Order: sequence, then C-alpha cells, then structure tokens
Amino acid sequence: MSDIETFRAETAAWLEANCPPEMREPVVDESDACWGGRNPTYKPGQKEWMDIMAEKGWTVPDWPKEYGGGGLSRAEAKVLGQEMGRLKCRSPLSSFGIWMLGPALLQFGTEEQKKHFLPQIARGEIRWCQGYSEPGSGSDLASLQTSAIDQGDHYVVNGQKIWTSYADKADWIFCLTRTDKNEKHKGITFLLFDMASEGVTTKPIKLISGASPFCETFFDDVKVPKSYGDGISSVVYEENKGWDVAKYLLGHERSMISGQGGSGGGSLGAKFADQIGRDEMGRLDDPMLRADLADIDIELLAFRAMAERFGDTFKAGLCHPAQPNMMKYVGTELNKSRYELIMTAGGSEVLEWESEATNGGLTARDWLRTKANSIEGGTSEVMLNVVSKQILQLPGA
Amino acid sequence: MPLFLNEDQQMLQDSAADFMKGEGDVAHFREFRDKNCKDGFSHDLWKKFAEMGFTGILISEDEGGLGLGHVEAGVVLEQIGRNLTPSPFLTTAVAGVEALNAGGQAMREKYFPGILSGDSVLAVAIDEGAKHRPDQISMAATREGNGFKLDGKKQFVVQGGSADTLIVAARTSGSAGDDKGLTLFAVDTSSDGLSRNSVRLVDSAVAAHVEFDGVIVDADAVIGEVDEGDAVLKRMLNAGRAGSAAETVGVGAGSMDITIDYVKGRKQFDKIIGTFQALQHRLSHLYSEMEVARATVLKAQQMLDEGSDKAELMISVAKAKAGKAAALSVKEGVQMHGGVGMTDEYDIGLYMKRDRALAEFMGDANYHTNLVAEMHGY
Repeated sequence: MSDIETFRAETAAWLEANCPPEMREPVVDESDACWGGRNPTYKPGQKEWMDIMAEKGWTVPDWPKEYGGGGLSRAEAKVLGQEMGRLKCRSPLSSFGIWMLGPALLQFGTEEQKKHFLPQIARGEIRWCQGYSEPGSGSDLASLQTSAIDQGDHYVVNGQKIWTSYADKADWIFCLTRTDKNEKHKGITFLLFDMASEGVTTKPIKLISGASPFCETFFDDVKVPKSYGDGISSVVYEENKGWDVAKYLLGHERSMISGQGGSGGGSLGAKFADQIGRDEMGRLDDPMLRADLADIDIELLAFRAMAERFGDTFKAGLCHPAQPNMMKYVGTELNKSRYELIMTAGGSEVLEWESEATNGGLTARDWLRTKANSIEGGTSEVMLNVVSKQILQLPGA
Repeated sequence: MPLFLNEDQQMLQDSAADFMKGEGDVAHFREFRDKNCKDGFSHDLWKKFAEMGFTGILISEDEGGLGLGHVEAGVVLEQIGRNLTPSPFLTTAVAGVEALNAGGQAMREKYFPGILSGDSVLAVAIDEGAKHRPDQISMAATREGNGFKLDGKKQFVVQGGSADTLIVAARTSGSAGDDKGLTLFAVDTSSDGLSRNSVRLVDSAVAAHVEFDGVIVDADAVIGEVDEGDAVLKRMLNAGRAGSAAETVGVGAGSMDITIDYVKGRKQFDKIIGTFQALQHRLSHLYSEMEVARATVLKAQQMLDEGSDKAELMISVAKAKAGKAAALSVKEGVQMHGGVGMTDEYDIGLYMKRDRALAEFMGDANYHTNLVAEMHGY
C-alpha cells in the first residue's frame, strides 16, 4: 500500500473511532455549526469533536504544526477531506479565524503574531469577525472611512462597519481602518482588536430571511494598543499597507464562497423525483421540471470538476491570480439557481414560514440567504470587472 | 491525479498546437472548402497526422501506436477545434480505433496498419435519422452462410464518403429499443450492395447517407460478440462523445479568443468597443463558462482513462456543458463582431458553423441532459 493509502486507511479508522455520532448528522444551518469562542453555545458532541480534532491539529489540517495545525501535505489534507466527506463527519469548527485571518497571518504576520493568534484560532478559543464594509463603502471598499488615529502607544478608532458577520457573537475583530486620509488604497491599516473594548457596540440587522447573521458595528473612541506585549503587534503587515492584506483575503473569501455552488451532495433530480412522483417509465412526472433539474445536476457536476481543477491548479501555482474571482462568480450564481429550483420543486409546502413541518421555513430562509452570495465578498458585477481587466485584459476595464 | 495536464500532455499540446497552426489552420480549411473537393479534407494532411503519430494515439505501443489515452486524444482534438482543421481524426483515430480495440487480434492487425500510416479513413454508421438515437437502431443484420447480410440505411455518417471502412451498428436480434441484440461490424465501403450519397454539411465537412442492400460480410467482420454489441457501441460512443466535447471546447475557445482580439481593436464613438462594460461582462461570463466546460471535459476524459464506472455520466455532463458553452461563444462572437461577423471574409462565422455540426455529433446537449437524468434514476 502506498503511503497515502496507508494514511487514508488510518484516517478513516481514526474518524470512525473518534467522531461522535451527533457529529455525523448533516449540519442544518449556520447556527447548527460549531463556532467556538469565549462564550460558546455547544450542542451535544460539538465540544468533544472540536477538542479531539484540535489536538491532532485537524481543525486546520494544512497549517504548520507549530501554530496548532496538522502539518499535513496537500495530498494528505485532500484525503482527510475526502474521508470526512465519505463518513459524513462534520467540520469540527466553523471560524472566520480559520477561513480568513489565519491565512492572512500565515502570509503577512510576524512570528510573534502567528505564535500568539493562530493556536487560539485552531483550538476555537477566540471567535473572530471581519470589519470590512461600511455604509458608504460597499463595492468600492477602499473608500472606507473608519479612522484609526495614532496616539503614540495606541490608536483611537472611530467609525462604523456594516455587514459584520456575527459581530454580536465575536470576541475579536480584524478591521480595515484609515490611517492616512490623503491616500486611498495606501492609507489603510489592518488592525486586530478585542470586541469587548470600551466604545464597541453592535446591532444585528434583520434580513429578508428573518435571520440576523450580520450586524452594524460602531466604534466610538475605541482605544487599540499598538502592542499586546511580547512583540505582538495589533497591526498586520505594516501601517498603511492593509490593502495588500485585504486584497489577499478577498481572494480567499471569494474562493471560499465559491465552494458553496458545488455543495449539497447528490442529484437534485433524484431527490425530487422521490418527493414529487414518477411516471410509468420511472421518470419525474413533470417533464419541464425534470429538464430543469437535469440542467442543474449538470451544472453542479461541471462546477465540482471546475472546483477540483481550480484547487489543483491553485495549489500547484498554475492558476491565474484572478481566477478566484471567476470561481466566486460562477459558484454563487449557481448556488442561487440551485435554490430557485429547490423552491420550485418544493412547491407550496416550502412556503410555510413558521411551521414545524418545514423546520421553521428553513428551505425558504436558506433560499433567501443565497441571494447574498453574489453580493457579499464582492458582487458578481465586480467579479466580472476583475475578470475583464486582469484575465481578459480588456482595455479600460 | 490532478485536474490539469501533466508535463508530457503539455508537450503533446504544444506540438499539436504547432502542427495544426502550421499545417491545418483556417486558411487551409478555406482552401479545401473553396476547391470543393469531394472529401472535404486533405489526404496529404492526414498522412502528416500519421507521421506525427496522432492517428495511433489510442492504439497500443505493441501494435505500433502511441498507447496514450482519452486525455491525450482530447489534447489533439482541442487544437483541431481551435484551428478548424479539417480531418477524419475524430471518426478514425478516436471513435473508430476505440471500437476496433474491442475487436479481436486479427481484426486489429487488419485495420491498424492503414490507420497508423494515414492511408485509411474510418467512419461510424450509427444514426438512422436526423437526431442521434442509438437506442433506436433498427437496421437489420441477418445470418447468411458463414456471415451476415446487412439491409437498411444509415444517415449523416460523418466522413462516410471518404471512409474505406465503416463501423456499423445493426440489429441481429430483438427490436428497436432493446438493450441486447445489437452487433457491430467493420464493413468495407467497396462491398457489393453498399452505396453512398455524399452531402456537404453546413461546416463544409462531408457526410454520407449510406444504403445497405444485401451487403454480405464475413463472420470475422463482427466486432466483439454477436448480439452483445451494446458494450462495444457504448465504448465507441464514450470515446467519440468525450472526443467531440474536447473539440467543441477548442472551437469555443478559438471563437472566444478571436472575438476578444476583435473588441480590443474595433473603435466606435471614438472608443475601443472592448472598453464598454456591456461587452466586458458578457465576455467574462463567456470566459467563465468556457473554463467550467474545459474542466468538465478533462474530468470526463480522466475518468474514462481510469475506467471509472461514473465516466459515462461525466461524459454526458461534458458533452452537454461544452456544447452550451461553445454555442454561447460562437453566438456572442458573431454578435460582437457586428456586421463583419456575417461576412464570409471573417473567420468567426466558420466557428459558428463548425460548432453547430459538432453539437449534433453523437448527441446534442438536450440528448445528454436527458441521459444525465436517466443515469440519476429520474
């Protein structure tokens, strides 16, 4: 047996032995996932699963071991993902620290920052949120106004962020602030601070889905130390160079969001044929709906191949640097189409907004949630602008 | 296996690209179209395909070929698509050879030397009507002496006019719609009772309507087993469909590239039209669709080479997705060229015509979408 196949067998056996049964049930929605943090709400099995995975470094399998990661090779991390998928093991920890801040620190952080912040993220001790958008700075993010004024050993932060995911539940924030008013892109600083600081308030925003995953976040003379001791700076990379970090992270966010298009596992058509009914040939008995479902099944399988190719070329350094924008565009548009069809196939039943039968209108709420996919992290239109300019090199784009 | 070309495949791509561009580009295509030659392609060029080793791409090394797989066949086909190179490569070296690979040693020894030397041209005779319906084959092959007698018609046999050998699917038992009862034959086109009516298609390729009027073939013309032709047919269709999907990606990519070049040069309202967001977003959408199609086709070919039992599903996904993406490419291409897109002088219209013909070959997007539903059990 090759090394990788030995690894696969051992991994599968370990997962079988250690994954709690509750953690092998599908995640219902974002609130059903394990987010960790200083004030966690754990459901049965979540903490055990997170802790035992963190002990192996497998909450962040491909991070280096010295920062709390698993130190796995690309191939091993892929195998772990495949085996977790096959055995239906949940992800042990959902975290903006893992998805976003971690990669930024690995790329731009100092050794002290990595040693301090990364293990906390890996163990799920600190829940992070992202302070990017502002009421006047959406697609044109670099026009942001939240200011951080240098006061010697600390900054004073004033301003407002919007669409801050789970700001009301987060412990710390990584935040884009303006440190130079005379520059646009070159006047932005990437700052880390505690959400428990005096002057930070959050206000959840009620969405069309009824849920409030996003907040408005207000900073009123928030004092942010320049150093957290032991050479741990609150600034990632350098003052006024935060846009480099932000751009890098947007790339990550885009590829992360794009992955949603391919999620959801099996054939939609097969699932709905069982629910809706079949003709004497065994075909879904609504021919137009059947055709639409087959179209989406094709798009989902095609996108899965694209995601695999994107991942492989990305890791091998063969992928165009702007390709995550294309992935984000395709993946989010596909996810929206998928949910439109899920609503159509579900008929009147999925319209029930509060009843127990629909788990409180879960499908309808998810459908509405998907509409944000092509807005958050850069709109589809911005993605197409980036592809036009950077990949197709169209003039004036 | 990572989902991108390895170093060897990359080298093959480079040499196929140089070859098609150098020997079989659009100017070459126009030359053969305009001289109205009976076969629609250059036999000299086909000989050069053979010298490059391309005709033996799916023939084993022991038998004198390159012993490569469907990924590599696709690499060559994408370049054929990009350059609109007229050749019988898809029907001969991909679909035809894959059918013969299911045949016995004597059969392979009989046909492979001619294919390897570029002297032989093969065509596949499946369809009996305007739409691809391989499950509805009704042409009869009845036992006669030591062999079979073929009666019936095959339609739209691409390269059927120039082929010396046809791979023919006929019914030895059962009736249209039955899984079993098909048999595949390798039939010499000079056989008594076989007549061909060549027709030029919209893309200037030549197809033949073939009539079999009591054509007698030996038992050793049977590929595989009598009444068990469905397996051989499936193998040939898988190869042909994956291959045509790869060529389709080439057509779509070629069309997209010349369109992007065009909008970068054309000025209206004192501006390069490529600066207009109305065009930029559509081109970026097209680029995205082509990227997804390319990944899907490569995935299908890798699965076919690995012998995956899900390969057939992915091939239909690839044929449908590549078909839709390339159709978008040629339609946007003509529209963005504006008036000159309607002229014969500009190449974009040639891509549109080629795409239309390829889309129909071995099943269009609708056909394969239906297959995907069936394979998913709905």
